[in-house]
Amino acid sequence: MNSGNQVQGPAIHVKGLEKSYKKLEVLRGVDFDVARGSIFALLGSNGAGKTTVVNILSTLLKANAGTASVNGFDVAAQAADVRECISLTGQFAAVDEILSGRENLVLVAHLRHLKDSGTIADDLLDRFSLTDAAARKVSTYSGGMRRRLDIAMSLIGNPQVIFLDEPTAGLDPQARIEVWRAVKELAEHGTTVLLTTQYLDEAEQLADRIAILHGGRIIVNGTLAELKQQLPAAKVEYVEKQPTLEDVFLAIVGNDGKDGDAGNDRSVGTDE
Amino acid sequence: MTMHFLGDTAVLMGRSLRHITRSLDTIITTTIMPIAFMLLFVYVFGGAIKSGSHSYVNYLLPGILIITIASGIAYTALRLFMDMQSGIFERFQSMPIARSSVLWAHVLTSLVANLISIAIVVLVALLMGFRSGAGVLAWLAVVGILILLTLALTWVAVIPGLSAKSADGAGAFAYPLIFLPFISSAFVPTHTMPGPVRAFAENQPVTSIVNAIRDLFTQKPIGTDIWIDLAWCVGILIVAYMVAMVTYRRKIC
Repeated sequence: MNSGNQVQGPAIHVKGLEKSYKKLEVLRGVDFDVARGSIFALLGSNGAGKTTVVNILSTLLKANAGTASVNGFDVAAQAADVRECISLTGQFAAVDEILSGRENLVLVAHLRHLKDSGTIADDLLDRFSLTDAAARKVSTYSGGMRRRLDIAMSLIGNPQVIFLDEPTAGLDPQARIEVWRAVKELAEHGTTVLLTTQYLDEAEQLADRIAILHGGRIIVNGTLAELKQQLPAAKVEYVEKQPTLEDVFLAIVGNDGKDGDAGNDRSVGTDE
Repeated sequence: MTMHFLGDTAVLMGRSLRHITRSLDTIITTTIMPIAFMLLFVYVFGGAIKSGSHSYVNYLLPGILIITIASGIAYTALRLFMDMQSGIFERFQSMPIARSSVLWAHVLTSLVANLISIAIVVLVALLMGFRSGAGVLAWLAVVGILILLTLALTWVAVIPGLSAKSADGAGAFAYPLIFLPFISSAFVPTHTMPGPVRAFAENQPVTSIVNAIRDLFTQKPIGTDIWIDLAWCVGILIVAYMVAMVTYRRKIC
């Protein structure tokens, strides 16, 4: 698009980022780079400052010190340019409950000043298996459908960088798998994804690189294989593999996540 | 980005107007209280009040219209608060739009919603026997005063809408505004009040706004009240707008 293809180099570059709220130091010198077209997971416990990093990168907050750039644009000095090439999916599905799913998508398309907002909305509804629910008020959607709509809204205008702040918090296992599938598809389309999570398995499933934010700093940053090398060497043990409760749940419910049909979101359990 | 301001404001205003048309109960709720006050004062207390006017509903309506606006803007604060809570405010702020259009859309929507409520209340007053011989110009002046007051109070409402911690808190600021007309010339002539109360009543904005509208309705010559009224409205508008902008900048950096 217009100002999008700025320069080569990392999609996100963060150096010495510091942020404190009054006396509480949240970030104390955060450094990391995210390569173009990759999925980068920022892992950390509650209150570690993951959301603060995302908010600074998406121009909602100003850092106290350090620099950050997205797509080559400085988040403080060139905030408007940054906003042209990013999309934020916040911690809570930021959808309009009173509008229908389709109206939500059309709204964002209008705000991104795109022509043909109707076609864009219909394509995304189809891609995220929401066509059947398109005309319904979002307040009637399940948590998974809401999250899918939320992510679909973020894709409008093909932003090069997408921030997903805890995209699966509070979702049931099926919805979580749906969201994972959507994120993987994003990266296949060449979008750079920075996601925050407190679930280790989520980072393991999705991310090309994983960074752990702890005590206001990145304490580890690497691929999954590199991270595993830092652990004590693997031992061979014989353990009877019990199905996890999640395996049991998914086996009974009979949904492996491939079927993202809108109607299935609500029909958990027996046939009616 | 400023070139998008009008377009973005229109798009966002379309969104919040849909909120109103899809939950018409909010408009009905805002008109119920002023209409109830009007019924109560005209048919219950009215007989005992010597307003010096032939018809008490004629005397009462200007004050009732102010109560209508005061209860209407509580919903403006609530709608803004809900946007802040749901995260959709942040979504808009992280998009390439004219950022201030997010607030302006709420303000203009508030204006439209309040004008609808005012029309409903005036309609009920007409059914109750309200009559005015005011000409087109006088009516336009009344509408102008009400629009100015709505804008001023809406910017007041933006402040708690942006900074409240709970939905109840976002709307609570409106209660004193709703009761301010009771200590003014809205219901009874101020000369019947004891000294200190009278002094307060005669020097607070509601009295001059009520008197100005009443004079326009009864085709009396326009006195100084209209200028005091305009000064209050413009003053509140400017101060509230500046405080709201400071609150907004703190919120979004």
